[in-house]
Amino acid sequence: MTDSVNRKAASGETGAESTRNVPVFRPAADIYETKDALVLVLEMPNVDPGDIDVTLDKRVLTVLGRGKSIVPEGYALSQAEYRDGDYERSFTLPEAIDADGIAATVKDGVLSLNLPKSKPAPAKTISVKTG
Amino acid sequence: MAFGPHGFGHWEGGDSPLRRLQEDINRAFGDMRWPQAVEFPPMNLWRGPEGVIVTAEVPGIGLQDMEITVHQNALIIKGRREQPTHAAGVSYHRQEREYGPFARTVTLPFNVDPDSVKATAQNGVLMIELPRPEADKPKRIQIRAV
Repeated sequence: MTDSVNRKAASGETGAESTRNVPVFRPAADIYETKDALVLVLEMPNVDPGDIDVTLDKRVLTVLGRGKSIVPEGYALSQAEYRDGDYERSFTLPEAIDADGIAATVKDGVLSLNLPKSKPAPAKTISVKTG
Repeated sequence: MAFGPHGFGHWEGGDSPLRRLQEDINRAFGDMRWPQAVEFPPMNLWRGPEGVIVTAEVPGIGLQDMEITVHQNALIIKGRREQPTHAAGVSYHRQEREYGPFARTVTLPFNVDPDSVKATAQNGVLMIELPRPEADKPKRIQIRAV
């Protein structure tokens, strides 16, 4: 098991130590920008939707996922190419995100976060008077 | 037991970014005995008295996007992860996920009855249960004292 590098390991375990005795992986992410939103797509296989935490603190968005451990009863692991573990990754967001409008969905172990861009404040016109 | 017969499966389409990256790494560290990066999807193999269970991490790929076939002692998993299509004006900041077709073949230690194979998927993890046929199970020999 130790001689197998998997995609998660290749994408890097984070330096932070978990209190649980499991590896913490940095989930692979796609990030794209549409006309009115920033979309983050993160791969977190083997995490129940209920075990995902997304927090936004100031401009830092942190995604945490607690992986389950799959051990079929009565079976012993004979060959391993991946490991179960947790996922953690943080992103610094651009300023103009509407924090209240963030929506998260999970499907087939992939978390999608839709971060709507906030509407720009209407420009103020300052009238200049001749004195 | 070894995965095979062609070793680990491979991303079809030899020009995938992952393959090119792997080739670059191989060139740079060719003489170092680094473990090979695992092909997609990474699999774990479990053995028990009732047979073998294969689990694989397939985030973003549902059962309907995969074709699982069993022929004698070969298990073949094929599928495709489609890249989402976007309207014009969408720009990528990061693209770390892999897209495209994949295929892997696993050689099992026994012939499997295709009708007894069960595949489920949950949270991006595929589980394939491959029961060992009754005729293939070890038999306990009764020993009688004379």
